[in-house]
Amino acid sequence: MHIAVLMKRVPETTARVRPAAGGRSVEVQGGETIISTYDEIALERAIQLREAGVATKLTVVCLGAAEATKEVRKALAMGADEGLLLVDAEPFRDPASAAEVLAGAVKDLGAQLVICGWKALDDDSAVVGGCVAARLGWAYASFATKLDVAGGTATVHREMEGATEVLAVALPAVITVQKGLAEPRFASLKGIMAAKKKPLVEKPAPAASNASALDAYLPPPDRPPGRIVGEGVAAVAELVRVLKEEVHAL
Amino acid sequence: MSNSILVYLETEGDALRKPALEGLGAARAMATALGGVVVGVTIGASEGGVAAAAAAGADEILALGVGETVLPMRRAAALAMATQKCAAAYVLVPATASGRDMLALAAGALGAGVAADATKIDVSGSDVKVTRPVYAGKALQVVVAKRSPFFIGLRPNSFAPAAAKTANVTRDALPAAPANEPVLREVKAPEVRRVDLTEAAVIVAGGRGLKGPENFHLVEGLAAAIGGAVGASRAVVDAGWRPHSEQVGQTGKTVSPKLYIACGISGAIQHLAGMSSSKCIVAINKDRDAPIFKAADYGIVGDCIEVLPALTAAIHAAKG
Repeated sequence: MHIAVLMKRVPETTARVRPAAGGRSVEVQGGETIISTYDEIALERAIQLREAGVATKLTVVCLGAAEATKEVRKALAMGADEGLLLVDAEPFRDPASAAEVLAGAVKDLGAQLVICGWKALDDDSAVVGGCVAARLGWAYASFATKLDVAGGTATVHREMEGATEVLAVALPAVITVQKGLAEPRFASLKGIMAAKKKPLVEKPAPAASNASALDAYLPPPDRPPGRIVGEGVAAVAELVRVLKEEVHAL
Repeated sequence: MSNSILVYLETEGDALRKPALEGLGAARAMATALGGVVVGVTIGASEGGVAAAAAAGADEILALGVGETVLPMRRAAALAMATQKCAAAYVLVPATASGRDMLALAAGALGAGVAADATKIDVSGSDVKVTRPVYAGKALQVVVAKRSPFFIGLRPNSFAPAAAKTANVTRDALPAAPANEPVLREVKAPEVRRVDLTEAAVIVAGGRGLKGPENFHLVEGLAAAIGGAVGASRAVVDAGWRPHSEQVGQTGKTVSPKLYIACGISGAIQHLAGMSSSKCIVAINKDRDAPIFKAADYGIVGDCIEVLPALTAAIHAAKG
């Protein structure tokens, strides 16, 4: 079985993000770029399945800037077999278009299982995994906190509103993952050396048209300055008055 | 009906869920500006649920598979079918736990445009502009829909409900169940059903200031007293005190409740990003200089271990 992990390059969560002058892009200050946290969890589980012999091949697919070779190379160092970087020339790529490109890439690879994060930490759309599944006509399950594969079926645990559902998902399938599924490893020195010789194919992302156009990036609305109502237990009465009379929450 | 705006109406028993009412409000505002009708779609709702939908503010109700149990992939196929049947220009799907998946699957199946997690929709001329927080709220992205049909996911607690109105109901059959629909083998039910954090109107969240998982009952007690859901900071989730489903922030859930009470949470940038669109923020923290106080509307400088029991008791008393 061939697993494809979809991964996105994003700024670290400690980075400061604000609209650039003119509002056509965002300016990111501080921090490195990383493999989007949930995608990295998906990657870790895929590597475990590859090491256990459940998967025979593991390809990471990244749609993004040419600089994302760093993140794809890291995925190879962690244990993926091959990398595919679809270099995106679009200044704005909407989720419908991203899903079209990624679904096409997965089809070309001949993968039977796609694993990815339930959302990317930059765009926050949380729809690309589902759109890829629907475009391919594959089975789909989201928010996996446990994933095993045997005999052409994936067993997925997912947490919904406090309950845990156990699903049997027939391959081919797209599974999106939630925290708790796996703890991403650090690449070993051996892994880093091996990654230099692993295939990393870079090619331009195929044409796909956006279904939406970027209008602007805006700063979040300012919050009015708050006030400290008091210190310790003595302040509780005033806070309750505020919650009742000003916030109308009681 | 090429100007029709479809809204997916999620029901629970014989009632519409609150995010569905908000969806009708958003659709009505769009229909007023663009011209066109609001069509509410129920899928597998009970008779009572359909009746509730027909009174909630749509012009027409399309009731698919009344009384049937419908699994997620088939549910999305039904929404895609309804979209084509009505030749809808826009499809609004409230982003509940199940709504997020429907949005993706239905839009993907039609190769349609999609913008998720909208907090605002503006119509200017014939342009529909969708505002959505990105980077967990560190910035807002505004996109213009360019293709029809266009699917829009709505963040709960962001849109006002529609005024009540009586709608005609059309009933129809569901599309065939997809052969590859995942099979539900087992549900391990929780002791109490928890509202998904993204939908909760009130959230009480705890952090390191609780000093240990054994003190988290103080957060749960306050949440119960005020009728809220429990959230947690990344630090305490990573430390294994709380499940990841409770994590608020850029690597967890982005929330916009009416009231967010942060207990013993210092306010790391990635946490602030995830909750700063809450309508009212209350912070309780020992450290007067904690960044959380810059985001808060009201603050108490104090130790959560002491303040929370007093606050819980006072709220019980105030509610009488």
